[in-house]
Amino acid sequence: MNILVCISNVPDTTSKIEFTSDSTSFLTDGVQFIINPYDEFGLTKAIKLREQHGGKVTVVNFGESTSEPTLRKALAIGADEAIRIDGAPTDSFLVAKELSKVISENNFDLIILGRESIDYNGGAVPAMIAELLDLPFVNACTGLTIEGTEAKMEREIEGGKEFVSSSLPLVIGGQKGLVEESDLLIPNMRGIMTARTKPLAVVECSSSSGKSSSVSFEKPAAKQACKMVEAGQEKELVTLLHKEAKVI
Amino acid sequence: MSVVVFAESWNGTFKKGTFEILTYAHDVAKKMDTKCVAITIGEISDDVKVLANYGADKVVSITNQFDACDNKGLSSALAEIADSEGANLVILSNTNTGKTIGPRVAVKMDASFISNTVDVPSESSPLLVKKKSFSGKAFEMAQSHADKTVIALSPNAYNIMQNNNDSCDFVTTDCQVENTNVSSINVEKASGKISLAEAEIVISAGRGLKGPDNWGMIEELADLLSAGTACSKPVSDIGWRPHSEHVGQTGKAIAPNLYIAVGISGAIQHLAGVNSSKVMVAINTDPEAPFFKAADYGIVGDAFEVVPRLIEEIKQFKSSN
Repeated sequence: MNILVCISNVPDTTSKIEFTSDSTSFLTDGVQFIINPYDEFGLTKAIKLREQHGGKVTVVNFGESTSEPTLRKALAIGADEAIRIDGAPTDSFLVAKELSKVISENNFDLIILGRESIDYNGGAVPAMIAELLDLPFVNACTGLTIEGTEAKMEREIEGGKEFVSSSLPLVIGGQKGLVEESDLLIPNMRGIMTARTKPLAVVECSSSSGKSSSVSFEKPAAKQACKMVEAGQEKELVTLLHKEAKVI
Repeated sequence: MSVVVFAESWNGTFKKGTFEILTYAHDVAKKMDTKCVAITIGEISDDVKVLANYGADKVVSITNQFDACDNKGLSSALAEIADSEGANLVILSNTNTGKTIGPRVAVKMDASFISNTVDVPSESSPLLVKKKSFSGKAFEMAQSHADKTVIALSPNAYNIMQNNNDSCDFVTTDCQVENTNVSSINVEKASGKISLAEAEIVISAGRGLKGPDNWGMIEELADLLSAGTACSKPVSDIGWRPHSEHVGQTGKAIAPNLYIAVGISGAIQHLAGVNSSKVMVAINTDPEAPFFKAADYGIVGDAFEVVPRLIEEIKQFKSSN
């Protein structure tokens, strides 16, 4: 099995989000970058599938050279090789188009992405790739098994689950459930050593602009101080929720 | 020119989110001095006629059948109708379905796609619209560089208004849909529970509850308030509660009117997924819990004493109101 895992390089979940003084871009100073958590489930799943079925796991990222440590981490976790599309991922269509180009130039049986990235939360890239390449697409995927050339999947839908099947190749928008949190692979020393010599190819970005852009950012307005209610005075809380907040 | 809105129905009925996007589409259409067209699936029933009460000028009902997983067929049908209605704006709800088909519709229509929006566009040419970003830790003004834009509106971000339209036009159509390449085997509905996406009130609990057997009082409180139940990440990771209940940065992002967090400290990752809630209540033994900095109301106390008392007070409140 030839599996591609698309990786977003995102600020660590504990990061405080700050912007430049003109509010036009995200301030990366002092921010630790990580593999997008949704992609991490896909990466571990891909490595487990390789253990079962043989083959190769490739990771790809659309980003500048600053995202290479994140790709090296994916190699240390167990991916075989990495590709970086050199450019600034400013828009989901641009990212989808460039990833689609890499996919169409290779023979992947399975393309796994996270359902969304935790920075800009567009959640659009997996569906756009499926559309651009006319491949089957399963979003919010929480379970996957491969039997021959067929994939069986579980996915989250509003108010329940749906069990689906599809032929390969296939695009997946994945999340927790593909593997459990406790099964997530972390790099060991041998992995970190071998990652240094695994291939990391850099390819040129072929298009210049996307269909949308971020013009400015702002932080949510500061909350008013929390109104404390004494334990034992739950009646007061109910009154506040009814009369003041008007939510019950 | 027109504004086209996908009136998503779940099991044949429209949910709150559909009326939110319809109100939104009506307001945007009015601002742009154009008409608002709702697309839905199925025959024109009394349920479908309700769409005229929220400002639709025309309702196009697709008579083709779609499985939940058939994102290819559904997006091809939507794009076909949107194009034939001359849409320069397509609005969907930012639900699982909306997020799955919206980007496909955008690619088909050569449109840009902007998700998680929280307001009507502040400018229409080029289109500029406010959206949530960084998992609720920030807002962003996003600009479209295409002539057409597909917008996915964040649930609970826009107030529903009735805009009765007596002259709404109802038509049915059979689309030339592309065949699906994913087949549905079966669907398992979560039984009798209120889905987090549509819940106006959510009761959530964390490790402070000490074990999965102690969730009875959370469910009781949720039942009383017709609320959905949710949990923190550690609780879903150790398997006390299903993953589908995990709210937070890497779980579900929710925006109910009222969020009550019991025994959840309020780590930055948790708050990211819930801080769009209109009102938040924190109940925690630790007065230093970060949740008290984010909440509107707080009680420092033992959940096993506070929650049962709260249940009694809610019962009394309900019987006298």
